[in-house]
Amino acid sequence: MSVMRRLGLGPDRATALHVGVLVVLLALHFVLPDYHHISIARIMVLACFAMGYNIAFGYSGLLSLGHAMFFAAGLYGAGLAAQFLDVPATGGLLIGILGALALVITFGAVALRTTGVSFMIVTLMFAQAVFLIIYYFGEFTRGDEGFIVPDAMRAAFGYALNEPTARYLVAFGLFAVCLIISLAIARSGLGRVLVAIRENEDRARMLGYDIYRMKLLALLISGGMAGAAGAVYAMLFGYVGATFASIEYSILPLLWVLVGGAGTVLGPFVGTLAMFYLIDITSGLTTAYLLVVGLALIGLVLFFPKGILGTIRERWASWLP
Amino acid sequence: MDFGPYLLLASLEGAVGAAVLAVTALGLSLVFGVMRIVNVAHGEFFMLGAVIAWWAASLIGVHPALGFLGALVLSPLIVGAVALFAERTVLSRLKYDPEATIVATIGMLYVIQQVVLMTYGPDARPVQPPFDFRIQLPWFGYSAYKLFVIAAAIALMLAVWAGLTRTRVGLMMRATQYDRETARAFAIPVDKVYAGVFAFGAMLAAFGAVLVVPVQQAHYLMGHDPLLLSFIVVIIGGLGSLRGTVLAALIIGMSDGIISVFFSPTLAKIIATLVVAMVLVWRPQGLFGERPA
Amino acid sequence: MAALENSPQTSPDILLETKGLTRHFGGLTAVDDVDFRLKRGGVHAIIGPNGAGKTTFVSLLSGRIRPSAGTVRFAGEDVTKLKAHARVARGIAYTFQITSTFQAMSARENVMLAVQRRLGGGLLGPEEETLRREADHALARVGLQGLEGEKAGILSYGHQRLLEVAMGLGLAPRLLILDEPTQGLSDDEIAAFIALIKEIAATSTVLLIEHNMAVVMGLADRITVLDHGRVLAEGTPADIRADRSVQHAYLGG
Repeated sequence: MSVMRRLGLGPDRATALHVGVLVVLLALHFVLPDYHHISIARIMVLACFAMGYNIAFGYSGLLSLGHAMFFAAGLYGAGLAAQFLDVPATGGLLIGILGALALVITFGAVALRTTGVSFMIVTLMFAQAVFLIIYYFGEFTRGDEGFIVPDAMRAAFGYALNEPTARYLVAFGLFAVCLIISLAIARSGLGRVLVAIRENEDRARMLGYDIYRMKLLALLISGGMAGAAGAVYAMLFGYVGATFASIEYSILPLLWVLVGGAGTVLGPFVGTLAMFYLIDITSGLTTAYLLVVGLALIGLVLFFPKGILGTIRERWASWLP
Repeated sequence: MDFGPYLLLASLEGAVGAAVLAVTALGLSLVFGVMRIVNVAHGEFFMLGAVIAWWAASLIGVHPALGFLGALVLSPLIVGAVALFAERTVLSRLKYDPEATIVATIGMLYVIQQVVLMTYGPDARPVQPPFDFRIQLPWFGYSAYKLFVIAAAIALMLAVWAGLTRTRVGLMMRATQYDRETARAFAIPVDKVYAGVFAFGAMLAAFGAVLVVPVQQAHYLMGHDPLLLSFIVVIIGGLGSLRGTVLAALIIGMSDGIISVFFSPTLAKIIATLVVAMVLVWRPQGLFGERPA
Repeated sequence: MAALENSPQTSPDILLETKGLTRHFGGLTAVDDVDFRLKRGGVHAIIGPNGAGKTTFVSLLSGRIRPSAGTVRFAGEDVTKLKAHARVARGIAYTFQITSTFQAMSARENVMLAVQRRLGGGLLGPEEETLRREADHALARVGLQGLEGEKAGILSYGHQRLLEVAMGLGLAPRLLILDEPTQGLSDDEIAAFIALIKEIAATSTVLLIEHNMAVVMGLADRITVLDHGRVLAEGTPADIRADRSVQHAYLGG
């Protein structure tokens, strides 16, 4: 029990809430109609990307504009391995995560030598470079057009991942793991330190914390989650394309986290869910669905910077992690 | 063709690119220098300038030169108005907080881009150059209009430099850039300066777009590359330094043009983005800028 | 909260020592070839007129800025090349001249961060119970009992100063550096503060930068006077009071 408490999973409201969410999501598997079934699976995987981003931005204050490169590392790592090396899903996941971590250790470590606006631009530039490199090796990556991940490789432990049940449950599994990790971090000493660094870096330094190391750690966890999400996305939904490495996919996790509530554990999921359906509805009306993204960003930053759960936490539920 | 003419062609093409880039990047540089914010929607102001130029030219339609002239006048004015509106309604409310501003301008990027998509559509449309003859150079004939673009850009930048250094308005801008608080103490209307600079920066982008649109075509996604290149120019040249911006635009524009002709455009861009990241990390003041206070 | 124990060194009662410590800022020499020795135990004050280089000197000691020349030795170890956070880990705690706390966190959480750093405990950190207990203890020591749950940002100025000291205590440092701690405090608060520092000095060495001469004379065992970046005088309060050059520097006669 003490270990559970140390992991942020002691017996209290917060734990109950998060376990409750997981239970509901699992139950939905049995009742959702086809379209929403695959949508929720997609949302769960993308929410892991968002949760990863939240560790960097929401908790540590690292406003990265380059997280698409970590997601893409996972996506292309798993996808290319499946396509050219006949690596199945489990191997693909590992490769994807390692690829993302490699990018954190190289690009991320360099970017962390800057802060604020410079950090935003440097991460943006690095992600752009990765995006362009994908194009440059278009012979393998097929650039914008992308490629379909071979069906045979989309399998884990004997189950075909393009089949609805396996797909949903794997997405759910990844989501559950990322959610628990997020909750543990948020309620642990690590989370407290990251928030402290975000709030008053100088003070944290003078309490003896190695700021650079802590930020790098946050970025490793963040990039790792994003990479895992990318790899799983490739395996579950079968398509790899350069759009996922573009600036759009660096902006989207920022948007999802802002909408749901930066620095809350469930915020990223709430944000991904809300924006997914909002964009879904809008694309039914016009090809210019990104307009919604633009208006949402402006509206959020002007009137609603704490997002949905952030505002709820501030007004009514200060116990919400 | 052997090497000589190829190089001259690449250089001229690079020079045209550099000229337009210098004008566009100058807008971004001024905004950062005076207001200390990064406007990610700058490329969209550029695109808007091109699209409005097409609209103005097709509206006037009598003669390409007249249409072009109309575009040259109308486009910067309209884009400037849009920028002013955005600054008053959004950016000033955010009190120019750097991170919030970037997020807001990303939003503006999408709004402008998608509105153009909804109205102008996804097609690329050409605009007639005002005049269409070729000047005979040593190995080949080259478009006189492109040479005009280079000349116009130079003229514009000299005008801006004169304005900045010789007029009262320019003095107010430079004072605000140096020290916002002291400028306020000297009764300089900092808010108005900010609004003006932001609008002017957008107008410069629009102007650059009008110059280039007879050469390229007007397309709703055309803001992406100018944004990236302007970023690169401004960061390498030093945020807020006019001389640095011009020099960097020259270097970037020329090398982008030359590398693109001799190698691949993608490789040129990869190198450029990585260089800019490295400059920001190790020499954040760029080549000519001053260390931020 | 036992302080960390001795490491072998040449002079066991010198806790901190600088040799030739110098710092230039462009054309200005803020700290000029300073040889300084801090004896273990008690309260040592650094005073000097404005612009004497006191804060720069102390920033060099804590590692917040790098020296242009010279060395710093702490507990026998050369720490000149160590970054600020590493020096804190060695036992130097620093409280800011301008109050710098985590405004949105409670007073308790502020101190818990200090304790957490000291206790280590791997990725997840020590038990929350332990942290709370130690934090509350430190807060009680400085006189903030009852305010543990309040957000640091809404505490009064005087209380925030005390919170800073509590955070310093949470680190259980060998050397506690206080940078103008009584500035802005009322007379009552200053009196309470003097009593607190006396008590802390029993277990840690205290290095105090102060302008308030009453505080200095009342607390300090030894005083160093800085002027224009150089050591002007050093000695007991009585020595300094009698020193002509000190009077000169302060009164400019």
